Amino acid sequence: MSGILLLEQALNGLQLGLMLFLLAAGLTLVFGIMDMVNLAHGSLYMVGAYLIATATQASGSFWWGLAAGVAGTALFGVLLEVSVLRRLYRRDHVTQVLGTFAILLMCNEAVRMIWGSQPLSLNPPAALSGPVELLPGFFYPAFRLLIIVVGLTTAVLLYLLVTRTRLGMQVRAGASNRDMALAMGTNVQRLFTAVFGLGAALCALAGGMLGPLLAVQVGMGESILILAFVVIVIGGIGSIRGALVGALLVGMVDSGGRTLLPMVFESLFGAALAADAAPAVASILIYVLMAAVLFFKPRGLFPAHG
Amino acid sequence: MVDSDNARTSLHHTLHLRAALPVFLVLLALPHITAALHAEFYVTLATRIAIFALAASSLNLILGFGGLVSFGHAAFVGAGAYTVGILMQHGTVPAAIAWPAAMLVSAGLACLIGFISLRTQGVYFIMITLAFAQMLYYLAVSLKTYGGDDGLPLAGRNTWAGIAPDDTALYYLALGALTLSLLFTQRLLNARFGQVLQGLRENPVRIQALGFPVLRTQLTAFTLAGAMAGLAGTLLANQGGFVSPSMMQWSQSGMLMVMVILGGVGHLYGGVLGAAAFLLLEEVLGHTTEHWQLGLGAMLLAVVLLAPRGLASLRSVWTRSQA
Amino acid sequence: MHLPRFAPSRLVLTAALAAATAGAWAQSTEPVRVGLLSTLSGPGAGLGVDIRDGFQLAVKLNGGKLGGRPAEVIVADDQANPEVGRQTADRLIKRDKVDFMTGIVFSNVMLAVGTPTFASKTFYVSANAGPSQYAGEQCSPYFFSASYQNDNMHEAVGKTVTDKGFKRVALIAPNYPAGKDALTGFKRFYKGEIASETYTALNQLDYGAELSKLRATKPDAVYIFLPGGLGINFIKQFVGAGLSKDITLFGPGFSGDEDVIKAVGDPMLGMFNTSQWGHDMDNAANKKFVAEFEKEYGRLPTLYAAQGYDAARLMDAGVRDSKGKLDDKAAVKKALETAKFDSVRGAFKFNTNHFPIQDYYLRVITRDAKGRVTNRTLGTVFKNHADAYAANCKMPGL
Repeated sequence: MSGILLLEQALNGLQLGLMLFLLAAGLTLVFGIMDMVNLAHGSLYMVGAYLIATATQASGSFWWGLAAGVAGTALFGVLLEVSVLRRLYRRDHVTQVLGTFAILLMCNEAVRMIWGSQPLSLNPPAALSGPVELLPGFFYPAFRLLIIVVGLTTAVLLYLLVTRTRLGMQVRAGASNRDMALAMGTNVQRLFTAVFGLGAALCALAGGMLGPLLAVQVGMGESILILAFVVIVIGGIGSIRGALVGALLVGMVDSGGRTLLPMVFESLFGAALAADAAPAVASILIYVLMAAVLFFKPRGLFPAHG
Repeated sequence: MVDSDNARTSLHHTLHLRAALPVFLVLLALPHITAALHAEFYVTLATRIAIFALAASSLNLILGFGGLVSFGHAAFVGAGAYTVGILMQHGTVPAAIAWPAAMLVSAGLACLIGFISLRTQGVYFIMITLAFAQMLYYLAVSLKTYGGDDGLPLAGRNTWAGIAPDDTALYYLALGALTLSLLFTQRLLNARFGQVLQGLRENPVRIQALGFPVLRTQLTAFTLAGAMAGLAGTLLANQGGFVSPSMMQWSQSGMLMVMVILGGVGHLYGGVLGAAAFLLLEEVLGHTTEHWQLGLGAMLLAVVLLAPRGLASLRSVWTRSQA
Repeated sequence: MHLPRFAPSRLVLTAALAAATAGAWAQSTEPVRVGLLSTLSGPGAGLGVDIRDGFQLAVKLNGGKLGGRPAEVIVADDQANPEVGRQTADRLIKRDKVDFMTGIVFSNVMLAVGTPTFASKTFYVSANAGPSQYAGEQCSPYFFSASYQNDNMHEAVGKTVTDKGFKRVALIAPNYPAGKDALTGFKRFYKGEIASETYTALNQLDYGAELSKLRATKPDAVYIFLPGGLGINFIKQFVGAGLSKDITLFGPGFSGDEDVIKAVGDPMLGMFNTSQWGHDMDNAANKKFVAEFEKEYGRLPTLYAAQGYDAARLMDAGVRDSKGKLDDKAAVKKALETAKFDSVRGAFKFNTNHFPIQDYYLRVITRDAKGRVTNRTLGTVFKNHADAYAANCKMPGL
């Protein structure tokens, strides 16, 4: 097995992991601090992708489209929080599931009513639409490199935000022990709105980064949503560090599994069985990973609470 | 976080016979009523509602009464359905064999999954049950011998003493299964086991401190719920005449959860009310517009904001507001 | 002649004649009820919406009638879910008592809906789904396909790839029965070497691993069967990885139709696909269809819309040729089997298993005169092609 294949898979895993991190970061913060199960998180990702696609087509520039879309989704997130989601914080998880599921249905249908049932077109900027030669003989798509760069930068910025700023301190306090943070004088309402808006912006950024690689269509949020939940559960709820580690782990396992499994199965069981069994196992690999992690560490790798 | 949504003054459950008995009698007479109105289709609809009411009630047992939010419950329904389908594929048709087998399979699966999942709590529990359900779903999709994604058609219905039930007979079977399950659940909840289970939902630390076996109680409830779900699955397979992996998708589990929450978590008839409301709403709205999901979402949101403890609690909300 | 003795019977005769005429007149104005069950929500909705739009356009252009009788089209959503499809079909058949059913996009929904539909002796005219089961062993006199049999397009690509002289082809499809059937169909007509045969996961978003494998094995062409969003994902990533320069991309018609083109755009230029229809086909019926569709809906029709349109016109011929006597199932069956109508794809006739024997064409995605990225029909791959399962069909009686 060539070194180039390995390198390519490693980069793919890194890129997928960083995108999952963007989605998971917002989700874990909302869950950790506001203790809210938000099934509509995938809808924010979808709205983000749609807004970016529309803005890109209107302005002719991917970058302006990205900026406009992220800002628009953050605004949408804030409006959603202030009007509806705020009322769900004090409720139990089960009710939150129902409420956010209702919002998910409404978002899906509203997007369909506005943009129609056909998928939208979102393409990378022309400068980044082809491959670059990283090493002699090794080509890697330029846009995926951009994703890696954006992902890493965001991770670093989030780290700085959470550890070096006052807002970040409040976020960590809230995630660790909400009542105590309240007692210490945090303006909870503003903090929650800010966190939600930030989460929405991160979702939109992920939507803009993944849109050129994936179909921009109604329901695109659901498949990503499950992955995001898997990531935060593995990483531990409320922890950004956990979200990063979990995301990278899931990205690597998913990518690597799909490359390595067919080869492993073929050498162990022969080609026919490998062709049948390998994809089936590959599709459940991350669930097996999650189950395994939870078996040994029932609260994830880096739980924030206590 | 305030848990007042589910605070209850009593863990004892009555059958509410004054309200339930008339409804039950109407349901018994339904096939005759629809035949008179030449509206036989509604018997099929009522059967479907009864089946989902059974599935939702089985979820209510662990979710509503046990506080265990399982996001993979549809997998047990699907397991029961697939058992029936696979047995029929291999020539086993009598219900006396197929139905208990299906319930055993789903109960066994529930026991296994519960044993691993119940080590976790809260959202971790939700996710791990989801994970297992997804694994079963993808397994079913890849099994080409039993249809895979295309599904597996059944040659007919399971026979009772050699006779295959028609639509009306199947309706009575479903109604009977639902009734028996509700009666069983009620007795179970009012017995010591059920009191411990509900206690675990309210205050697990205290119950454990009192010396009750936590894992054994929850696992038993989980297994029983799995068996009841399997029964719903056999009825579904018999009614539809086919089984498909889509029965086990996480969106189906989500739908069951929505039904339970809508109907009233922790109320004896929560699953029934929720299933009836949800399916009837879907039926009515689906006629009206292709954008029915918007209307459905809006109504669910309204329920969350206005009738927070589900439809079953509306009566007590009303009586309390009159006081 | 003294007639009072015969007057009562003459009265009876006149009354009977009046009643019969009234009955016939009532029958001729009683609407034909069609149940259009399709995927109208969720990710696959674009396809169902197109079938519906094509069907309703045909009825509209026909004056709101089918076979001279007013048409009542009841539209319902199957949510791409076999269970929902089945119970909705139940409602359409038992409560709304439809005369015809149509519209289903996905084969797994079709297989669930088929059994009760045929059992209730309702005719089904398919505007897309064409599972091999209904072409072969489980064929039914009540099933008619106005589209194609699922394997045909894959077979056509297999032949094209062989004819074009490609020697090493990589195959990619999802790991489920339709995926495996697709590649089997391709291999039935492809005579070269298979560089690799990869089955992907149904929930897969990222094809990095498969693309790396392609880069390593260096085939000269790749054939993909990746329906809907999966195909969009793959094509975007394939082009982004720069592989489209060295490897020619082939797909079946439904992976290269207007809906996918709209979603992907320029990166799709140069992709080949096969279909039994192209919007630039040069016959009167098609020119009218495309012009009217664009006028009514503001977009180019896809394959699905064309099939919906043809399904309506087939039903129109069926009702017309059976003189509106829809209770006479034998007459309707015969009328459908021998229907003469102007299909938008040109010559149309049925095989013994009620699947069409038709031509398949090669299309390429290029820029047209108006600068739009769209399909251009290049040439014929198969003439009068029948499906591979017809011999297995022992058509039962009504």
